[in-house]
Amino acid sequence: MKSVNNLEEIRKIIGLHKKWDLIFMITGIIALMIAVLTFMALFAHMLIDGMPRLSWEFFTSFPSRRPESAGILSAWVGTTLVMLVTAFAAVPLGIGSGVYLEEYAPKNLLTEIIEINVTNLAGVPSIIYGLLALGLFVYQLGFGQSILAAGLALALLILPVVIVATREAIRSIPVSIREGAYALGATKWQTVSDHLLPYSSAGILTGIIIGLARAIGETAPIITIGALTFIAFLPPSPVKSEFPYVSFEWLTAPFTVMPIQMFNWVSRPEEAFQLNAAAAGLVLVVMTLAMNGLAIYLRYRMRKNIKW
Amino acid sequence: MQINSEKPIETIQYKSEVKNLSFYYGGFNALKNIDMVLHDKRITALIGPSGCGKSTFLRCFNRMHDLYPGNRYEGEIILHPDDVNILASNVDPIEVRMRISMVFQKPNPFPKSIYENVAYGLRVRGIKQRAVLDEKVEAALRNSALWDEVKDRLHHLAFNLSGGQQQRLCIARALATDPEILLFDEPTSALDPIATASIEELITDLKNKVTILIVTHNMQQAARVSDYTAYMYLGELIEFNVTDTIFIKPKNKQTEDYITGRFG
Repeated sequence: MKSVNNLEEIRKIIGLHKKWDLIFMITGIIALMIAVLTFMALFAHMLIDGMPRLSWEFFTSFPSRRPESAGILSAWVGTTLVMLVTAFAAVPLGIGSGVYLEEYAPKNLLTEIIEINVTNLAGVPSIIYGLLALGLFVYQLGFGQSILAAGLALALLILPVVIVATREAIRSIPVSIREGAYALGATKWQTVSDHLLPYSSAGILTGIIIGLARAIGETAPIITIGALTFIAFLPPSPVKSEFPYVSFEWLTAPFTVMPIQMFNWVSRPEEAFQLNAAAAGLVLVVMTLAMNGLAIYLRYRMRKNIKW
Repeated sequence: MQINSEKPIETIQYKSEVKNLSFYYGGFNALKNIDMVLHDKRITALIGPSGCGKSTFLRCFNRMHDLYPGNRYEGEIILHPDDVNILASNVDPIEVRMRISMVFQKPNPFPKSIYENVAYGLRVRGIKQRAVLDEKVEAALRNSALWDEVKDRLHHLAFNLSGGQQQRLCIARALATDPEILLFDEPTSALDPIATASIEELITDLKNKVTILIVTHNMQQAARVSDYTAYMYLGELIEFNVTDTIFIKPKNKQTEDYITGRFG
């Protein structure tokens, strides 16, 4: 008799506990829906407004006073070139710093302070980087309001992201692999270049792409260093028909980028320019999503052979 | 050095002599005044309960502790025949690791091909000629009884091997560079009984080629494979002798209690 009583009691308790499961699940779904639906609504709105404006001409036209013939040619070319500079600057600096901090740096107060600062740098408002770039790159080093200055400003901005990603990726390699390499008589550099970097490349690459995806949408630092909002010419081509075939003139050219072009259109009174802004926004979102997608794909591809 | 000059004949059969070795993890004294020898081309087993310092002791031999800050050695480990103290601060730990190889507790192949795993130690030593690499990789794989199983898939990923095969691959990797001493840190603790048996057989076969120091949690394993056994407890070497003596007639009460399973 007693055991049956117990059983009923247990069932009652389980039922009570399961009610909380249900309550939490519903709360969770609602929370998730608020986030997802908001994004979907925004995206749908942009899609409806911007989709009709998307055409080949939109990508191959310069901005114009007439909204129907205005395009984003100078903006997407500018964004691409700025991203190129950003990647070339941030990737070696970020990976180098990450590897140094993780593998070479002695553990003392100084490196501790540096480590804390690197993590904190990721949280510094982007406009601060803009001000730094304005003072340092534009005026002090005389780069002017150029692609180079903008690319370097954004490189500073995403440097902490790359450093942290590099460190995390290296740290996720099991100690046994690292010790295995050292036990065979490898030096630090042999261990880093033969093992740690190749095995962590997926994580590092993901970090780089996430960083670039953040940089591509940044407006504040670019405005701060003085990008033009209306620009009807392209930077000089990096490829030349005569020797030495490559040119770095484009680095010093004035430029605009996608978010600035959008900002410029949004601030116009005419309704038609709002549609242009929506279309440009659509392109920007797709660019960002594509980069994130690439990061996920590469991560999957490169990790396929690594099991730990 | 002293012993060397006093008893020149006896030291010839010693591969290594440990003299008054103490080791500190920061402030923690993990090894206390250990004196021991490794007989040349013989298997020496280190046994003792968890935390007794046997792995710590093993890892002194290839200066693994140098990888982490705050570790300190005192005393000497003399390596014969050149009588160098491998713990001396002027001896490069990388040089020590090139002379003394190690096999770890869990198989730790690199996420590379079987071939590249075995060849890595050679590549670290700057060997680039394909023919030399091929020859040494094959020899190492034969010596670790893996050649017949993998000769058709040398360029496949090492992760596709079974646990026991992976551990034999790690042994091949350690053997490829012709080490003077081979260290084993509980090499079968992550393996099933059949794989364990094959590894033990392999270790016994290797005896004639290389001096072996093996840490084991398994007393039967020590009894099966080793010629000499050292019993450690709380960072001290309690008893060191021929394996049969340790297991049949230990001189020390503590050793006897551990061997007979009264504790540990």
